[in-house]
Amino acid sequence: MQAKPRLLTVLDTVTAVLFVVATAMVFFYAPEEAVMGQVQRVFYFHVSAGWVGMLGFLVAAIAGIAFLRTGRRDWDIAGLAAVEIGMVFAFINIVTGSIWARPIWNTWWTWDPRLTTATIMELIYAAYLMLRSGIEDPDRRARFGAVYAIIGFLSVPLTFFSARLFRTIHPVVIGTNEPGAQGAFDMTPPMLQTFMFSLFTFSVFFADLLWHRVRLGKLADRVEQLKLKTMS
Amino acid sequence: MMKSSSQTVQRTKIEVPVSGPRTFLRALGAVVWKDLAAEMRSRELLSAMLVFALLVILIFNFALELDAQTRATVTSGVLWVTFAFAGTLGLNRSMAMEKDRGCLDGLLLAPVDRSAIYFGKAIGNLIFMFIVEAIVLPVYSILYNTNLFNGGLLLVILLGSVGYVAVGTLLSSMAVQTRTRDVLLPILLFPVVIPVLIASVKGSMGFLQGIEMADIWPWLNLLIVYDVIFTAVAFMTFDYIVEE
Repeated sequence: MQAKPRLLTVLDTVTAVLFVVATAMVFFYAPEEAVMGQVQRVFYFHVSAGWVGMLGFLVAAIAGIAFLRTGRRDWDIAGLAAVEIGMVFAFINIVTGSIWARPIWNTWWTWDPRLTTATIMELIYAAYLMLRSGIEDPDRRARFGAVYAIIGFLSVPLTFFSARLFRTIHPVVIGTNEPGAQGAFDMTPPMLQTFMFSLFTFSVFFADLLWHRVRLGKLADRVEQLKLKTMS
Repeated sequence: MMKSSSQTVQRTKIEVPVSGPRTFLRALGAVVWKDLAAEMRSRELLSAMLVFALLVILIFNFALELDAQTRATVTSGVLWVTFAFAGTLGLNRSMAMEKDRGCLDGLLLAPVDRSAIYFGKAIGNLIFMFIVEAIVLPVYSILYNTNLFNGGLLLVILLGSVGYVAVGTLLSSMAVQTRTRDVLLPILLFPVVIPVLIASVKGSMGFLQGIEMADIWPWLNLLIVYDVIFTAVAFMTFDYIVEE
């Protein structure tokens, strides 16, 4: 039984401190937005959570390719870990978005391309988990999971483009807005700093969680092996 | 003397190259032919798909009250939902047949390129899909007195079916190897083929309503891009799905 690595403990502490600072920045450092008011503050964690969700699915697709090329079990554990974390953060992204949309768009939900894509993405990875749970053989589970993670990730941009050919009302805070976007705003320097800091915090949080989850996956493997050993 | 000559015959047979475009096409043709011959004798797959497709249209008739006004806007949607549902039925059956009777193992033992098996199965599935579509379209035209024989619509159906079957064949060969195989295929397939369905519905609607080509092209381009990307990915990953 390996002890928890020192570096992981350090990373835990750093993540916790960063999170406290980021939360404080969101509430006290960033100015109140002129038109939307307090509810705009959800934006910082909304985009950061969405970023971590996408990062998780990207890592899962890369781990899938790496697994198919090398056949090492570590990549499979990493892929599953990334999908699980990605799903949680993509869900946080959807929920915080709904909280913001209720006062700004006057509805909890609309079939905007980003919202549609986010939903379909969650469904793809829910299917991924169902696929894995339907297979007993660990090697086959890893291979099928890797292939589906790659295919699912590739289909996401196409889903987005196909939904985007309809008109969108989602604001684009970075880059140019489509005409007709509702709830757009320009960021002042303190806002931008808060935003960048939130993104950074969430990325570190992602790395921390991924490490924990991969470690957990390896320990689960070890338990499985020990079980087989004692039973035979 | 006789024995040694028969041995040389056997040896030359084994030394037939397993790669190369001609052997590849022969293997591919053999897989397609096997599927078609089995279907011509049993007719269980096509008849199931067809009856199911007609039932879906019947249900839509009552669910949406397809009167003349509604029909103009929902025809392409009804058609594509019908094709998608009937398609999963066919894909599932075609792969389950291989798995149940151990045919897949036989195919994999054959000294041919694995991608020939994938493309063979995909082309077989595509042919079944086209047959169903070729029957559903005239039936729908007669039942609802709308003319669906429009070159553009047929093009959209061709492109959409290719994308659907390219991913569907890969995912169905995955689904049949799991515990929950009958329910798993649609769950795996639908979220991934959403771009195909959106583009096909919008493209078909464009042609049926006589919208300008400039507004239809983005959908056709999307379908072509999807077909190319996913045929390539399925071709590259099929090996990992069937390997034991």
